[in-house]
Amino acid sequence: MATVEQIKKSCAVNPLKMSAPIGAALAFLGIDRCLPLLHGAQGCTAFGLVLFVRHFRETIPLQTTAMNEVTTILGGLENIEQALVNIHKRANPALVGIVSTGLTETKGDDVDGYLKLIRERHPEFAGMEVVYVSTPDFVGGFQDGWGKAVNAMVGRLAQPAAQRSAAQVNILAPCHFTPADIEEMRDMVEAFGLNPIILPDLSGSLDGHVPETFLPHTLGGTKVEDIRRMGASCMTLAFGEQMRAAAETLRLKCDVPCIMFERTTGLDATDRLLHALAQISGQPVPARYRRQRSQLQDAMLDGHFNFGGKRVAVAAEPNLLLELTSFLTDMGASVDVAVAPTASSVLETLPLENVVIGDLEDFENRAGNCDLLVTHSHGRQAAERLGIPLYRAGIPTFDRLGAAAKLSVGYRGMRALIFEIGNLFIEQQEQQHHTQHLRETCHEPQATCACH
Amino acid sequence: MSALKKQIEIVTSEPACEKNQAKSAGERKKGCGKQLTPGAGAGGCAFDGAKIALQPIVDVAHIVHGPIACEGNSWDSRHSFSSGSNLYRTGFTTDMNEFDVIYGGEKRLYKAIREVVEKYDPPAVFVYSTCVSAMIGDDLDAVCKAAKAKFGRPVVPINVPGFTGSKNLGAKLAGEALLEHVIGTEEPDDAGPCDINIIAEFNVAGDLWNVKPLLDRLGIRIRACITGDACYRDIATAHRAKAAMMVCSKAMINVARKMDERWNIPYFEGSFFGISDTSAALRNIASLLVQQGAPADLLPRTEALIAEEEAKVWARLEPYKARVAGKRVLIFTGGVKSWSMLAALKEIGMDIFGTSTRKSTGEDKARIAEIMGTDQHMFDELPPREMYRILKDAQADIMLSGGRSQFVALKAKMPWVEVNQERHVAYAGYDGIVTMVEEIAKSLGSPIWEQVRKPAPWESEEGSACHGDR
Repeated sequence: MATVEQIKKSCAVNPLKMSAPIGAALAFLGIDRCLPLLHGAQGCTAFGLVLFVRHFRETIPLQTTAMNEVTTILGGLENIEQALVNIHKRANPALVGIVSTGLTETKGDDVDGYLKLIRERHPEFAGMEVVYVSTPDFVGGFQDGWGKAVNAMVGRLAQPAAQRSAAQVNILAPCHFTPADIEEMRDMVEAFGLNPIILPDLSGSLDGHVPETFLPHTLGGTKVEDIRRMGASCMTLAFGEQMRAAAETLRLKCDVPCIMFERTTGLDATDRLLHALAQISGQPVPARYRRQRSQLQDAMLDGHFNFGGKRVAVAAEPNLLLELTSFLTDMGASVDVAVAPTASSVLETLPLENVVIGDLEDFENRAGNCDLLVTHSHGRQAAERLGIPLYRAGIPTFDRLGAAAKLSVGYRGMRALIFEIGNLFIEQQEQQHHTQHLRETCHEPQATCACH
Repeated sequence: MSALKKQIEIVTSEPACEKNQAKSAGERKKGCGKQLTPGAGAGGCAFDGAKIALQPIVDVAHIVHGPIACEGNSWDSRHSFSSGSNLYRTGFTTDMNEFDVIYGGEKRLYKAIREVVEKYDPPAVFVYSTCVSAMIGDDLDAVCKAAKAKFGRPVVPINVPGFTGSKNLGAKLAGEALLEHVIGTEEPDDAGPCDINIIAEFNVAGDLWNVKPLLDRLGIRIRACITGDACYRDIATAHRAKAAMMVCSKAMINVARKMDERWNIPYFEGSFFGISDTSAALRNIASLLVQQGAPADLLPRTEALIAEEEAKVWARLEPYKARVAGKRVLIFTGGVKSWSMLAALKEIGMDIFGTSTRKSTGEDKARIAEIMGTDQHMFDELPPREMYRILKDAQADIMLSGGRSQFVALKAKMPWVEVNQERHVAYAGYDGIVTMVEEIAKSLGSPIWEQVRKPAPWESEEGSACHGDR
């Protein structure tokens, strides 16, 4: 149980937090033939777009209602209507995800009301689903926006079913699942003979592949029809607290029972997942995963030397922070500093004494004695100033290749993390030995340093 | 009329901007740049433009007064380099919450300025308004005035909320803020006859440092680069320069004209992209300075330097010529860069397939048509889908553009080189053109193209009824 400390200051320095609207937009980017539409000024979209382009190294379909001073005051009905007309004409997506911003929420636009009017005026939009989610910039952060968007999608699209499919399960994926994580998750579920509907599915749209055409909406991801069919699943598996609301909606609306998984990285967490899948499917755990479990045990045995006693500082959104700090403590490292950008009930459950709600300045001020920093790419300045290695985790990771291919779920995911982070510790240790050796030889007046 | 409205009207009636002058009074009222289209928009907001224009002032603390989106989603993403302070790379924001939106954010802003001054002790603080802080009526000017008096240093309000318009308008409004609050507020103790300002050069990837050594050799001092790698004091004393160069013609024309008007600093428009443009810029700087009273021998010295450097750069480009000659290039970038890059690429024997003209002035366009010999393939707009088709059909061999369209080219399996603000290498000056050509040659000559374009063996066998492995 951790005590949560909210840092009191008026100016956030080196923000750790990103806004809820772009978290919601990313959730929509996991839907096939979708175009997220930020209801705000052009910049609201442009900043998110650049951020995702740099992280995923992909074209990102993301549109704007391009609000200006006058339309802000008069209300955004016309802008939303015109945006939908243009989008319908140019992109004809299966789904438009409308995301509100600080601008339109301060004004108080009644988007649900607008959409009713627009639907009446434009029967030609019949084949284009529209889901609206309210995400003021000044409330919560990225993972909250993601959670709200997924909740809005199942709330609007999922249909109660007369008959349940015993082999179909819903997977509600949190925003810290990479495309590679989702692929791993799909493999695990399918290995039990189950058919997963994964929502959102970034592995279809943003896994980094070369499509044969170019279209102004997502190519790949969860199909809108599949979201409708989620009501017919026999079980929902929800990963991370941020997915609880959507899981609850599915339960209340479609009567689909739910299992919550707070964690997905780790031996215990994966055991629990595979055990649940075995029970749902009535199938034994496949030999492949028994082998992977043994491989992970071996990696833990090999790696624990390098983690033991190491001091680590971690800054991340609440759910990812739980995964990372739990992993590190599972391996014997000590998480001396944990910083989250926003409040969440998850924070109290961290396996630590203290967690701080703050920014990367708070992180940097506390991390001076640590052996390793773990946060997104914005931690690079702190790492440079402190002279401490940085392991990049989360969005944005713009200064390294392969953000979409990073794996941390399942046995293989934890093993990959052990190797990546363990190697950083080994490298650091070797450097320290080397510097120490140099220092000792240089201290003797007659000795020359050309001994290497 | 609000102060902001007045500012907008001032910049949109800029007499030195021929684009503005060509408009009717009604059109002018609508503001700079295209009217933004809902659902078909591209590009940043006015706040974005102001931040890009001012953030390169390296020792200033730039505080964004708004909810987290405006700074949290965008900080540490621009590549203006600094030779001194790194404070400009620190992200500061009031991160307004619901409470601030309801009760007003002025108190939080004031406290934020105090915290930043106490912790980081910057020579000046710039405070940016955003859509939300503007909508709820926070009085930025009043808070800045109070903070300035209390903390004994300039606290400059940048009133450019995003919904005001495009990035371009934002850059102009940022320029107005400098004119109103910064330029001319301090006196230099070392003003000289060969001091110049370089306006609207942002030292992206260190561009300025490719040029500065040339100026150093001529004894020309950059009084202020507005704003690349500048310190606050450089900008505050910029009014004592003798001449100025305007680099990015649309971004800060108002600054150049008004400095000419107020302090008699003549300016010219030029570019450091390409060999002949760099030479022309050096010539123009020298002749303006001489006209302003610098020693006349500056002219022959400049000519000598140009002759020497041009000979050197052509020799350095020679090895690349064979690798790039005849290759067709599609350029998609803004304003002055379009024509100055075109000229540079023509110089080394590349063919120009087409170029964008979306941010170019009439004059820019005329220059482009002259260089290309035709106005065919001058694109005011080029939607990504169309861009993809051109590249997929291999009508061009390589695209030069900003990061936004990078993946359009790469997904078409075509070479691409970054030429906008996100780039990591400097392209300005004589050294820069060599670097750019090297980048182009590296990209065109990469061994990956043949590999990634080749179909898988089974794909070529498809249809020929292959039963091989089955």
